[in-house]
Amino acid sequence: METTEISVDIDDSILVERAQAGDYGAFNELVSRHDRKIYRLAKRIVESAEDAEDVLQDTFLKAFEHLDNFQGNSKFYTWLVRIAVNESLMKLRKRKTSRTVSLDEPAGNGEDPVVREIAVWDGDPEQRYSQEELRALLDGAIQELKPSFRTVFLLRDVEELSTEETASALNLSIPAVKSRLLRARLDLRERLTRLFKKKGDDLFAYL
Amino acid sequence: MLTCKDFLREISDYLDDTCDPTLRNDLQSHIKECPNCWVVFDTTKKTVNVYKGTEPQAVPETVQKRILAAIEKRQEAKKQAATGPPK
Ligand SMILES: [Zn+2]
Repeated sequence: METTEISVDIDDSILVERAQAGDYGAFNELVSRHDRKIYRLAKRIVESAEDAEDVLQDTFLKAFEHLDNFQGNSKFYTWLVRIAVNESLMKLRKRKTSRTVSLDEPAGNGEDPVVREIAVWDGDPEQRYSQEELRALLDGAIQELKPSFRTVFLLRDVEELSTEETASALNLSIPAVKSRLLRARLDLRERLTRLFKKKGDDLFAYL
Repeated sequence: MLTCKDFLREISDYLDDTCDPTLRNDLQSHIKECPNCWVVFDTTKKTVNVYKGTEPQAVPETVQKRILAAIEKRQEAKKQAATGPPK
């Protein structure tokens, strides 16, 4: 099959069908559509640009190898995210042999989540910081979370997988996904509020 | 009456709008009367949105090239497997 013109408004599912039929240009288009987001996801899970580059490459190679197994009952991007998460976690485990990384570890110590910083934000961070500065702040904050928490947050809130898709991708129960998401969100809220709050503006201001 | 602790426990589902209507109403009344929980809810929502809204950085060009080359290699191998070895 000949490589055909690809316009930006062609749906992923059409490109996947073409790629499955042997149109390699269509596969390369899928790569360039999604490589940024997959790279960001991998970087945030493995905490290293170099490892993230390997993950990125392995993810697309795996996707290419197993393209015929992709059924189309989920979105292609969701399928890609699942591969990337697996590759990232494998990388993380390999690197941190001393400190085991397990997604099965109990979520926290069973206590209620902690909320200390109660203050409104000083305007909109997207206006206050350049995209580059903001990215660095967000990456820094998420790196403070345990892998099992930040991975759930990334899948649910950044990649926009459903609770069910996240549970299945990470081999977790639905309640486990929900409780980790709650903690991750509140934990990140705490960290970002420390960065973005109006100085001198605290809870007593509202009482 | 819901306590602030109750509210915090449900904040995630409230944000995703996945709690049942009765609970949602209770949470709504709590947040109307409790400025602290309102602030926590507002900043949690903003936290999620700022992560969602920030554009990813481009993949470095050298990495992009390396990946496309690796894929091309596989594609060539697949093509040859389908058509038989070159003469
Ligand atoms: Zn309250």
